[in-house]
Amino acid sequence: MTNHWIDLQHSDVVLIQGSNAAENHPISFKWLMKAKERGAKIIHVDPRFTRTSARADFHTSLRSGTDIAFLGGMIKYILENEKYFKDYVVNYTNASFIVDERFDFKDGLFSGYDPTTRKYDKSTWAYKKDANGIPEKDFTLQNPRCVFQLLKKHYSRYDLEKVSSITGTPVGDLKTVYEMYSSTGVKDKAGTVMYALGQTQHTTAVQNIRTLCMIQLLLGNIGICGGGVNAMRGEPNVQGSTDFAILSSYIPGYLPAPQASLKTLDEYLKRITPKSADPRSANWQQNYPKYMVSLLKAWYGDKATKENDFGYSWVPKLDDGQDCTILNMIDNMYEKKIKGLIVIAQNPTVSLPNADKVREAMTHLDWFVHVNIFDNETASFWKGPGLDPKKIKTEVFLLPAAASVEKQGSQANSGRWVQWKYEAAKAPGDAIYTGDIVIRMVTKLKELYKKEGGATPEPILNLKWDYADEKGRFDPLKVARTVNGYFLEDITIGDKTYKKGECVPSFTLLQADGKTSSGCWINSGSFAQDGTNLMARRKKDDPTGLGLYPQWSWAWPVNRRIIYNRASVDLSGKPYNPKRPLLAWVDGKWVGDVPDGPWPPMEDTKNGKYPFIMKPDGVSSLFGPGLGDGPFPEHYEPLEGPMAKNLLSSQMNSPIIKIFTKECDKYARCDPRFPFVMTTYSSTEHWCTGAITRWQSWLTEAQPQVYVEISEELAQIQGIKNGEKVKVESARGSLTCVAMVTTRFRPFKCGDQIIHQVGMTYNYGWLFPRDCGDTANLLTPTVGEGNTGTPEYKAFMVNVKKV
Amino acid sequence: MPNGKSILVDTSLCTACRGCQVACKQWNNLPGTKTKQIGTYQNPQDFSAFTWKLVRFAEGKNGNGKPYWYFFSDMCRHCMEPPCAETIQGFVKGGVIRDEATGAVVYTEKTKTVPFEKVRSSCPYDIPRQNPKTKVMAKCTMCIERIKNNMIPACAKSCPTGAVVFGDRSQILAKAEKRVAELKKSYPEAMAINAEDVRVIYIVTDDPQKYWKHAAA
Repeated sequence: MTNHWIDLQHSDVVLIQGSNAAENHPISFKWLMKAKERGAKIIHVDPRFTRTSARADFHTSLRSGTDIAFLGGMIKYILENEKYFKDYVVNYTNASFIVDERFDFKDGLFSGYDPTTRKYDKSTWAYKKDANGIPEKDFTLQNPRCVFQLLKKHYSRYDLEKVSSITGTPVGDLKTVYEMYSSTGVKDKAGTVMYALGQTQHTTAVQNIRTLCMIQLLLGNIGICGGGVNAMRGEPNVQGSTDFAILSSYIPGYLPAPQASLKTLDEYLKRITPKSADPRSANWQQNYPKYMVSLLKAWYGDKATKENDFGYSWVPKLDDGQDCTILNMIDNMYEKKIKGLIVIAQNPTVSLPNADKVREAMTHLDWFVHVNIFDNETASFWKGPGLDPKKIKTEVFLLPAAASVEKQGSQANSGRWVQWKYEAAKAPGDAIYTGDIVIRMVTKLKELYKKEGGATPEPILNLKWDYADEKGRFDPLKVARTVNGYFLEDITIGDKTYKKGECVPSFTLLQADGKTSSGCWINSGSFAQDGTNLMARRKKDDPTGLGLYPQWSWAWPVNRRIIYNRASVDLSGKPYNPKRPLLAWVDGKWVGDVPDGPWPPMEDTKNGKYPFIMKPDGVSSLFGPGLGDGPFPEHYEPLEGPMAKNLLSSQMNSPIIKIFTKECDKYARCDPRFPFVMTTYSSTEHWCTGAITRWQSWLTEAQPQVYVEISEELAQIQGIKNGEKVKVESARGSLTCVAMVTTRFRPFKCGDQIIHQVGMTYNYGWLFPRDCGDTANLLTPTVGEGNTGTPEYKAFMVNVKKV
Repeated sequence: MPNGKSILVDTSLCTACRGCQVACKQWNNLPGTKTKQIGTYQNPQDFSAFTWKLVRFAEGKNGNGKPYWYFFSDMCRHCMEPPCAETIQGFVKGGVIRDEATGAVVYTEKTKTVPFEKVRSSCPYDIPRQNPKTKVMAKCTMCIERIKNNMIPACAKSCPTGAVVFGDRSQILAKAEKRVAELKKSYPEAMAINAEDVRVIYIVTDDPQKYWKHAAA
């Protein structure tokens, strides 16, 4: 979230698209209901009418996988009806930037596409620069090569009728949503976007979210109270695990993962540190060398010296072009290239797509370690449906872990608030902290490497590994302090002196010379210099009256509650919205939230800096040249879809889509055997794969068995009655479940074509209860988004038949 | 009896998360019963001796063809003049306790001697149920033991959106009146159901019958 949960109450119009917030993030509705009491309007755009829709002021449906068409139509509406917030667009976005003459877009493809490698050469996706290397701009936004005009041209193709034919959303409903939401493109109104896996689990996922961001930028809704682009995080610490590099392309703090070809620290730092010639751009990422060196010092301690590149050579590296995202890892396991697997707190044989493939891949392992609080379908894969345990050679270890409420430690919520929590109960039996399991494993590894040596013992032997207390147990406070970082020598910065061993109170003090450490720079400042744990704060003071609660826990970065907040003020530092002044320049200083940098307002032409400090150009990107699939989001159909062609171009699917080609990965487009669109989701009553919740009798009582939701119209066509057993089949797998015939799914009218969509939860598995059914992921395709590898769970094709 | 306590169930704020349904079972040590999926989110299908709080789901189409989905977090209304109490008392003394301070209506073990169908049919909201083994009758107690210990009922405690609120009856009545007036601007049908007669007052924005056939007396 750019904003935070409590801030939802300040919104005037809420667009929930790609999220079932009421069911999957119930607490959000506490704040949304407060917003509604103030007169806010809630819009829900979703293929299905859900418990979220029931509380929305307006719900309309779209066919799964067509968000860019829907939202592209909104961009066109905003531009052509001049609903955008002009000051904001001119000053705080790259709308005025002049784009390279060679940049082009034709029939669904941007310039530079190579169909053989299925990759873009992005060199033409660039700005025209002046003699000083600063992008040329036209603040009148009239130059036909400026971003604003190119944007307008790109989305001029997304007219209401075309969009409606793609999405299946009636034209009238499109207009209603566009009008309602674009009403926030004024100074004193805030619109917020809430999204979740309904955006992220598509082959066009990253561009889906970019489209939402672009709308927010056009309407001036980012950096303000009640605004933002807000990803709902479903598990207590999803935000925290992302901050700590759960994704394979990062190391902690979103630093890019080192690649094998970057052999020295210098080469790595050169690659990851952006440059800006514009003195008005803070270009915050220019500090990356400080964060990387401090990270290496946290990992390797005294072993990391300037002479040995601070141990950079010991950091495991990705081969150039290596894909370590989940679908590829499973594919590698399937091909027996991966011999051993450790799974902590996941249930991949239920949660990953094409579950039969995952289940077979598991049998190819030599050994498998599972760390979890209960047995689940993954831990017990060897006795799963159709498997003979005698024939499975995999050696399986199940390690009992403490549950989240049985552990002390930090937990980051969606709003980036990192809160310290305590053990509510002792873990039962032999269950221990996952941290303890890791400590014991690495300690043992160190012993073995010391005794026996090995190919490259240094990465393990040189790890600073002092996270245990005096009794040898995992010490969460020690880990958290290492994450925050220490001064490693006495050091004077400006007029202040910091002593060796003190906590670094802000990442602005981290150094590139090895005199500081920090295990995750964005969390630097979670401890005060004197070692006070700011994450444990519980003070309810609210000086702004906006619910920022600056002394409740601690938020990254630097306790800033709403990021990009300098975009909430005009060039003189006056809040655009005087009713909700998040920040204001008063008597030579900023008052309100922690500002995005200390610099004076932009009208100070000497010292003022642009507000989007994490972007090299200092402004936000309507034109985004960084992604692999284009600087403007473009609608492409899902890999498996009901349409014979893409109505916007002859490019059917995302040009960089990640496809797998084994027999078990087969897919079917426009295939009469699989005529219905399906989407998958979770329910309120079960959490994810149900591995925890299915053992809870009050929850299985409320949602006992797997079901497929289908429209009354489709039920009639297929001769299915409510509550009857049906078989749901895709090109990859099938399962039986109960039909839930409902008014909450309705057929889509896409041009002349009637398209039916159905939906299922993935909350069930064969292990327990025995009669609950199995996962919808037996059906889902093995196809990934091109930038991130995130699997497509939300749009694919099935058949539903009476058993 | 003093003014006592009341619960406001504002269905216009309810997301049917069923936190109340589960919290009720948790506090009252009621088991999860074996259920089946029969084509609805509503489960268990009905009240029982083991289910005293149940979120009922009702769906259909509005005049404009768009779907509606109504949620009704059903529970004993703790009537101001409870007909079930009268019925039970007619058979056995001490079968029902009507708590002076709160107005809570609580069944005792002595209900096992009372003909169940007579009690059930006397309730306009179809609340009372009977334990098939012990024959003791069961329903919501307003969490009277929590109230006596300065805690609010489990259902109200669990509600994330403020759809279930507990308080002094006078305050709850005022809150209901204010809320209905506000809702009427968007939903002319908005009403507080039988507010004069019951302690557990439901706010609905449409015909109560569309929520549940026993929503209103």
